[in-house]
Amino acid sequence: MSTPPLIRVVEREALVYVRLWRGLAFSTFVQPTLYLAAMGIGLGGLVSAHSGRVDGLAYLDFIAPGLLVASAMQLAAGESMWPVLGGAKWMRQFHGVVATPIGPGELYGGFVLWTTLRSMLGAAAFLFVAALLGAVPSAWGVLAIPAAGSCAAAFCAPLTAFSITQDSDLSFPMIMRLGVLPLFLFSGTFFPINQLPTGLRPFAALSPLWHGVELARAATTGRFDAVAVVVHVAVLVGCVVVSAWFGVRAFARRLSS
Amino acid sequence: MSVPMVEARALTKRFGPFVAVDGIDFTIEQGEAFGFLGPNGAGKTSTMRMIGCVSPRSGGVLRVLGDDPEDDGPSIRARLGVVPQEDNLDTELTVWDNLMIYGRYFDLPRAEIRERAAELLEFVQLSDRRDSRVDPLSGGMKRRLTIARSLINRPEVLLLDEPTTGLDPQARHLVWDRLYRLKRTGVTLVLTTHYMDEAEQLCDRLVIMDNASIVAEGSPRQLIADNVTREVVEVRLDIDADPASEVARLKRFGDRIEALADRVLVYTDDGDTTAGAVVSDGFDPASVLVRRASLEDVFLTLTGRTLED
Repeated sequence: MSTPPLIRVVEREALVYVRLWRGLAFSTFVQPTLYLAAMGIGLGGLVSAHSGRVDGLAYLDFIAPGLLVASAMQLAAGESMWPVLGGAKWMRQFHGVVATPIGPGELYGGFVLWTTLRSMLGAAAFLFVAALLGAVPSAWGVLAIPAAGSCAAAFCAPLTAFSITQDSDLSFPMIMRLGVLPLFLFSGTFFPINQLPTGLRPFAALSPLWHGVELARAATTGRFDAVAVVVHVAVLVGCVVVSAWFGVRAFARRLSS
Repeated sequence: MSVPMVEARALTKRFGPFVAVDGIDFTIEQGEAFGFLGPNGAGKTSTMRMIGCVSPRSGGVLRVLGDDPEDDGPSIRARLGVVPQEDNLDTELTVWDNLMIYGRYFDLPRAEIRERAAELLEFVQLSDRRDSRVDPLSGGMKRRLTIARSLINRPEVLLLDEPTTGLDPQARHLVWDRLYRLKRTGVTLVLTTHYMDEAEQLCDRLVIMDNASIVAEGSPRQLIADNVTREVVEVRLDIDADPASEVARLKRFGDRIEALADRVLVYTDDGDTTAGAVVSDGFDPASVLVRRASLEDVFLTLTGRTLED
């Protein structure tokens, strides 16, 4: 029985994760606790005291799926930049991989798959903490984990394809500040996008994060519209597929030229 | 008649307008140690990457283990071992984990990898470091681990790109010793180097590369016999001597002379006699040294340059 090359790449990443898990596990659980405590309970208490509900939900229930997916996006974005350049340039392990039967495209695919799985692990931890705090009213909530995973993949796939083309990490902080952070703030995470000025709403709908958050919110609250769910999934999958076309080629150009 | 391990005809690699490898021909037979000797930038690494099926050729014919890298890259790579010029180990992991991970890239069963990894660590004398992280290991140890890693799939051909560059003399000799042993087990070694002593020590046969082309081919001994005299008298000139006139005067002592920045090489078949003649002729050089001709002299004769400039 042969193991697909993609999975063999994931095995390596998983082993590194297992070896370093103590440091990582801490942030996995502590970060959601802090976010939910500050935003959900602190800010949420204020919101409830003044206006009652947001989109018909208690603020904690509204924000929990938003933060869950946004955390997955942030994790995926970070993992898709420095570690990619590290593998190609600083530590060069990627060059070691493509000297084996594994090709550059498979390395790319395995890397994106692992980052997706890892953010789902983080999302599961987040969901667990959120459920403990009573922020997950519906049992459909477990589906927030794959929702977070698809959103993470929709960020990891293009960013990994971009990072492999870079010669230094100069652009990465810029991407974090001008790309990831605004999306984090304005993608229906903290407030519904109908709060945005009318002209800006279509832009929020372009954000993969918004689609991921909407999916996760549908899951944790159990309130969903089937057509909308299909559209959200299609957008996220579309992001991954289009990016993968570029990613496979970019990896080949960098590692096997 | 066995199939050659590697066969190249008019092999070419271009990067845009830049020609890195310009139509070279060579054949590497099973069980031999074959070298590419040349200065940095001669096209050695580009050639190695094409043989290693990680760099598509721009022209010519290439067969590795009888197959075309263009069609069968992954299955050829499964039968090759690669020791790259720059180490690319997983430095945050242990020695042992590095071997386990690499074995999995070849889809070997874990039990099999464990068995081989223990043997290989023994072979490269790192058994006592199996549980230490790679990061703090010395350069020589990392190199040996990289060699062990490259052998995890029991390759038929081992590609070594500058295997001892950056190592201290003791670490180099240890690496050479392991490579000798490997060769004795029947593994075909293909290596690049810009050290003529490494080429002389390890290679049964080699090609000398310069400016993307092969300028000579043969065994180290044959290359020396064909291109230079048996011995060389190195005359180190006095600091205030006028090089041009000294060179002119030294000309009559040897078959051929080469003037370097700090010394003049006089090629001759009888070094002692020539050295004696130079001294008794009233020359007063800073030093006179007689040595056997080396591949460095072959390179100098063929290209007019030294290997490490």
